[in-house]
Order: sequence, then structure tokens, then C-alpha cells
Amino acid sequence: MSVFIPLGVLDDAVIRKIAEISGENAGRCMQCGTCSAVCPMVESMQPSVRQLMLLLQHGQSGAALEASTAWTCAACHTCLVRCPRGIDIPRVMEAIRQMVLRENLDRINPRGIPAETLAAVPPIALVAAFRKLTA
Amino acid sequence: MTTVKTGIAAELIPIYIMGKRYLVPEALTIMKAIEYAGYQFIRGCGCRGGVCGACSTVFRREGDYKIYSGLACQTVVEPNMHLAQIPFYPALRRPYDYAAAVADGAIVAQLYPEVFRCVACNACTKICPMDVQVMDYIGALKRGDLALAASISFDCIQCGLCASRCMAEIPQYHVAQLARRLYGGKLAPRAEHLAAMVGRISSGAYRALLGELKTMSAKQLREVYTGRQMEPAMTDESWRPDENVGL
Amino acid sequence: MKISYYPGCTLKSKARNFEDSALASLAALGFEVTELERWNCCGALFSLTTDDLLHQLAPVRVLIRAQQAGAGKVTTLCSQCYNTLARANRLMREDEEKRNTLNQFMTEEPDYHGQVEVVHFLQLLRDEIGWERIRAALKRPLTGLKVAPFYGCMLLRPKEVGIDSPVKPSILMDFIAALGATPTDFAAAEECCGAYQVLAAPEAGLKRTRRVVEAARASGVDALVLSCPLCEYNIGKQQQELAAPGGALPVFYFSQLLAVALGAAEESCRFDLNAAGARELLEERGLIAAAARK
Repeated sequence: MSVFIPLGVLDDAVIRKIAEISGENAGRCMQCGTCSAVCPMVESMQPSVRQLMLLLQHGQSGAALEASTAWTCAACHTCLVRCPRGIDIPRVMEAIRQMVLRENLDRINPRGIPAETLAAVPPIALVAAFRKLTA
Repeated sequence: MTTVKTGIAAELIPIYIMGKRYLVPEALTIMKAIEYAGYQFIRGCGCRGGVCGACSTVFRREGDYKIYSGLACQTVVEPNMHLAQIPFYPALRRPYDYAAAVADGAIVAQLYPEVFRCVACNACTKICPMDVQVMDYIGALKRGDLALAASISFDCIQCGLCASRCMAEIPQYHVAQLARRLYGGKLAPRAEHLAAMVGRISSGAYRALLGELKTMSAKQLREVYTGRQMEPAMTDESWRPDENVGL
Repeated sequence: MKISYYPGCTLKSKARNFEDSALASLAALGFEVTELERWNCCGALFSLTTDDLLHQLAPVRVLIRAQQAGAGKVTTLCSQCYNTLARANRLMREDEEKRNTLNQFMTEEPDYHGQVEVVHFLQLLRDEIGWERIRAALKRPLTGLKVAPFYGCMLLRPKEVGIDSPVKPSILMDFIAALGATPTDFAAAEECCGAYQVLAAPEAGLKRTRRVVEAARASGVDALVLSCPLCEYNIGKQQQELAAPGGALPVFYFSQLLAVALGAAEESCRFDLNAAGARELLEERGLIAAAARK
């Protein structure tokens, strides 16, 4: 993946918005990549967690919100435990999800899930998925 | 002081219907007050007896932030109440095959998966004009307890105010109805005495008695009916008539 | 001190085998908890936003119910419920501003200040009952059974509510040892099962299933024990989607093995609700009587 980094003053609007929603400063990330290394979902996401943090640091809000990263995150909190900078990355992911969901845009359609799946999964799967992925 | 049709002298009090001020006689129900103010109900009015759920009203009181609700046919006007009718709120009921349906939590998840979006904000319970613990029956349905949901939602009159307030966009009253129908038809224990009675009827035990009634004139029927021994207004389940020819 | 038991939605529906076996085990150990009469879904996941308190209402309401029941502690079996309730409790204890806002919003409820303590069932076993008492009460030690713990996420992370070290936990290993089985660690014990992504990104979820099952197989374990119904679904039930060679890797709720070892009535284990292989393994090892095949 290539990251377009514009010349000039970095736009910190998205970092500030994320801080407002989550209380976390994504600007503190030092790009060590530990998060990506321990992320159990990393092979299914594009870009990786570290790369997403880089996008945020460069004010690339469009790319960050369109990325699959936050939507593939399972909120397992492994990165939180391992981050040497102590950044609560799950909260950053939540903030990105919320920036989309608060526009009333669902990422999963509850009525679109196959009937046999709805009947089979435990209630906590439905509650958790709808909390993370519906507006 | 004004005199309404009943001849009872009543004070006129100000109320606000959809933002417009009207003076209406105190002690009227909201429904009658709205009619007194000159409106005509074409919809949003049904039984006028507090059971059909067609005339839900939401109102606020001055000096208070809260939203209140009531049935227009049952709630008496108060000075300076600000009200509007919410006779209908879109909430779609989903079709399903009742005969084939299995009465457990899976069908709730299949028909109304949005139930699992409930965040327990309790806005539904707070708006319910029938004091149904709506949040609690949604909670019961999330854990697949149709019997509990049927029991908690028993007083629901399907007015739809819960759905109007739901931040999870759940059509609560339709889900509750699904629970009651499945519980009533497939889970509730069968009443043995009912089956016994049906058996007696179909065996012809009452054929002669009915035949006798069928030969009577309207006058005779009226006499039999009005002459029967009545159950006292206040009595318990132990009361029995002196003579019970029908049973 | 009165201990309330909060079941959670899944324990009353898909995970009856978890609840029934746990309660039967407590009865066998002579330890009492009282199920909450009135409760709601906890929300399954703790809300990670700071500017939205609405999603904290559900767990806080549950804590209020425990307080109303006169409980000093509330215990849960489901790891997700535990995590959500424990974190909401910390919020109510530590953040005065949010506590006040939440209390003021819920005008219909009594105020809550975090008085109740949230404990996971495994903490009860370890801290209140103790491994020694369990060991002494064994009727049928699980000798020779190689069992690996699958902690998943919610028992351990974040560390503020983790019931053990987030990077090197031992509580389930100690539990397995207390049952007389052979505790066997494996590489994926603290990893994620894929969680709710089973609904949104099922392919990504299945990669998790494969990874955990293969890691367990590589360690030569007979079975996994876990404490989360979503893990049980993703690692247990979803194995059928993998068509892995070597048959199914049995997955148990920890309480099921506890009930078997304590000699509790087998009906309480509800092995019919487990994924394939669970009941068969215990039958084969002579730990439960062989069931009549349909």
C-alpha cells in the first residue's frame, strides 16, 4: 500500500476529532508496528493498524475512514496490551467507526444476515456486531 | 365559567394543541377537548374506552423537561399542557408462517434482529401509556424468553409510542405480539377443563338444551335471560349459582 | 456477603450447558449465589467512546439491579458480560462527572456509585472457594485428559479488569490442574476467536478458527476449555466450516469439565449443545457413561 503524504502543514483535524471521541492521541504513535505484529485480524485488513495510524498522523481522514482496518478490528485489545506508547488503539478504532456510524451509515444490515446464521449465533454475537457496526 | 352539554358548570382552562392555544372546559378528556376545540377525528380515534390504542397523545407540562404520554380518550386535560396526537408511527410487522414457526428465541432473531440493538435506554418504558415495562420485555426477548416477554407485554395496546422513541429503531410492539402469539399458541400449558368442556359440547351434551332455546320466542328468551340469577358485582371465584342447568 | 449471579442473554439461550453445569458445580461445592430476578442485556461490549454515555446505560443498569438485590458482589460466567460490567463499574467508581451524568439521566433508577464488585466465576473458584477445596471435592478426576485453556480476550484485557496477567495468565491452567487433568499450554491461548466478525467478515473469522485449532492440535491437546459463548461458537461450532483433517477438536465450557469432575448430574452438562466431539471424548475416556445413540 502507498500512502500519499501531502507537502506543507499537516492537517490535524482528524487526529483532533478522534481525540474528542476517544480521548486518545493517535499522534503519539511512533510507528514501531507492534500493533500490526500482534493483531489477530491483520491479514484480513488493508491497511494494517500501523499504516492506519500513519494515515491519521498525516491527516488522511478520507483514506482512514474508507480503510477496512477499523471494520475488521475485533476489539480484542491485544494491541492495547502491547503498545509501547500506551496508546489505547481499540479506542482509536472505535472513534473511526463512530465517525462513519454517526453519519447514520450502517456497516452491516441486521435484516440482511442469513436466517440460519441469525438462528445459530449466540445473542452476544448479534449485540456486539450491531454495537460496533450499526448506527 | 362555562356550561358544557352535560349541564355541569366547568372552568375553562388553556391547553396547547399542536402549538395553538385553546380554552377548553376542565375535566374533559384530551379527546373531547380536541373535539371541543373544533377538530374532528377521522383517524386516531377508536374505542374511546382505553383499549384500542389508536389515540396516543404526547404532551409536556410547563416548567418541566419531561415528555408525558397518555391515551387521549382516558387522560384528563390539565391547564397549560402542550400536546399532539401520535395516532400512528411507522413500524412494519413481518410476515411469518405461524404453523411452521418454532416458539423459541431464534425466530425473534430471524424476524427482528434489530432487537439486539437495544441499549437499555428505557425511553420505551418511560413513554408507554399503559405502564408496560417495554425495555424489560425486549430484554427477555434478547435471551429468548418468549413466556416472560408475553407476560410483561400483556397490557400492550399496540399504540406504537415505544417505537416512536426507540433509538435502536425496534418496532417493539410487533415483536411483543409475536412473542404473545407464539407463547399463547405453542408454549402456554393447555387448560384441561377447556378441553373437557369442548369434549362435552361435541359429544352432544347440550344439544337438547339448545334445541329448547331455539323453540322460544324472542319474548321468552328475554325473560329467561333477564330472570337468570346474576353473579354479584363483588364476589370471588367461589360463587356458584343455585341452579346451573347449562353446565 | 451476598453474591448475585448475572446470567446474561446467551447463558439463558444458546449456552444453557454453560449455566447449568456451573450452577450444578456450585451446588456440589456447597457455595451459594443468588440469580438476579430482574436484569437486562449488558450490551456485550464496553463502549470505547468518551463522548457517548448512552451505551453505558445497559451495564450500569445491571449493576443497579445487583445493588437493589443487596449484593456485595455480582458474578458472571460469560467473559463478555464480565468485561462489560467490570469496566462500566470502574467508570462509575472513578469518573465522577460521568457517574453524575448517568445517574441524573436514569431518573427512574436509584443512584449508583460502584458499590458492587464485579467478579468472574473463575475468580470465585480461585479466590473464594480455592483450588484446594475443589481438589478435595473431586469425585472423578480427569486423569490423563490433556486440556488447553483458551482465554480469549475478555477475561484478560484490558489489564485493569483482567482476572489474571494479560500476557502470561495461569488461572485456567491452575483450574485444569485442580480437576486432575493435564494442563497444556498452547500458542494461541490468549488470542482472539474473531469475535463478532463472524457476522461481518466471516472469512476473516474462519482464519481465526483455523489458527486456534491448528495451534491446539500442534500441542497435542485433547480439548480446549473456555469461558466465552462467542469463543465457543467461533472455535467450537465454526470448526464444521473448516473441514479440518483429524476430526473435530472438542471445546468445553470450563464449568462442564468442573461438573464432570465433581460428579454432578450429567444432565447439567447439556453436551447436546456442544459442538461435535465433546461428549464423545469424555465417553471414550470413560469420564461419562456412553449415551444411547439415536
